[in-house]
Amino acid sequence: MNLLEFSTLVALGSLLAGFLGALTGLGGGVVIVPMLTLLFHVDIRYAIGASLVSVIATSSGAAAAYVREGYSNIRIGMFLETATTVGAIAGAAIALHVSGNAIAIVFGLVLLYSAFLSSRTRVEQGEHLPPTKLANRLRLNGSYPTASGVQSYNVRGVPAGYSLMFGAGVLSGLLGIGSGAVKVVAMDQAMKIPFKVSTTTSNFMIGVTAAASAGLYLHRGYISPGVAMPVMLGVLMGSLIGARVLVKAKVKVLRYVFAAVILVLGFEMIFNGATGRL
Amino acid sequence: MTNRKWGDLEIEIVIGALLRTGVILAASVVLLGAIIYLAHYGLDPVNYSAFHGDPAFLRSLTGIVRGAVHLDGRAIIQFGLLLLIATPVARVAFSAVAFAIERDYLYVWITLFVLAVLLYSLFGYH
Repeated sequence: MNLLEFSTLVALGSLLAGFLGALTGLGGGVVIVPMLTLLFHVDIRYAIGASLVSVIATSSGAAAAYVREGYSNIRIGMFLETATTVGAIAGAAIALHVSGNAIAIVFGLVLLYSAFLSSRTRVEQGEHLPPTKLANRLRLNGSYPTASGVQSYNVRGVPAGYSLMFGAGVLSGLLGIGSGAVKVVAMDQAMKIPFKVSTTTSNFMIGVTAAASAGLYLHRGYISPGVAMPVMLGVLMGSLIGARVLVKAKVKVLRYVFAAVILVLGFEMIFNGATGRL
Repeated sequence: MTNRKWGDLEIEIVIGALLRTGVILAASVVLLGAIIYLAHYGLDPVNYSAFHGDPAFLRSLTGIVRGAVHLDGRAIIQFGLLLLIATPVARVAFSAVAFAIERDYLYVWITLFVLAVLLYSLFGYH
């Protein structure tokens, strides 16, 4: 394959990934690494570097659209970023010392978990819970606009949510993904933050978390322009198109299809990692 | 208890514009570099199956800038990627200023901590 063919095919694949990721809300980043390694036989370290870059692009692009709506909570985001950025640097440091096959197995497990999560429906946790002392001191409680006026909320489980966020950061730095699934779980389940707030705040944080490990990856030569260029441009274009054509009626079926694809890729990554083929 | 003030929303609007500008700028630079890179090496065979790491000049800020000035396609792409990585960093830096204007000093410190971690990753000794 020559450079022009490689760039074109990778850009088209990334466009599709970004498109489906935006449409289903599952994020395109998670399928970039399996696509590059399994389909294009790219070394997993180059694949992770390229994926990380695409994650920053989509997160920043989407956050730009979200912030106007007033759902995201910048204090929750910034406070939790102290955990995710340190975690991301730890994850990137781990990635430098373990084999590509070990990373592939962890990646596969995360894919299986993401597929499992997306098959369940999110249940909004009880509202109007009393505030906790820590959440008060950190001024994390907030409000957001709804159809029936401004709704205020209190944040719970700060230590548990914070620890989960550190884990999300480690995974992001190790695997070059946004870890959006883990972030949302931490905010939904541990901290009882309303969906609209947790989803948009998580998206807001993903870019900062990814930037924390991207610097380390760049210095180590993991971010190869030849791989990162088609991935970044493709994913960005795909997610922009996806955000525009968000047709609600068909998304549910599409979500299941995409979750099934993620499931298969998860098994493939584990198999290839376990048999030392990557 | 609520802490969303008018100031918060205005800050978020500026942040939105900052992020959008950063992404568009970065993507344009990457595209320019891609055109130059593909025009020179488009028909060369590629193989990324073995990891060699990038050449040294594509790993440091000075090397990338020097390469980009000499219109090296890969260096221009890498410069665009650096702009992209810098976008969330600029967002955090701006937030620190915004919290200072709101006199929320707890969050000024929290934000400066995040900024320090990001700068360590980008410029720290590796």
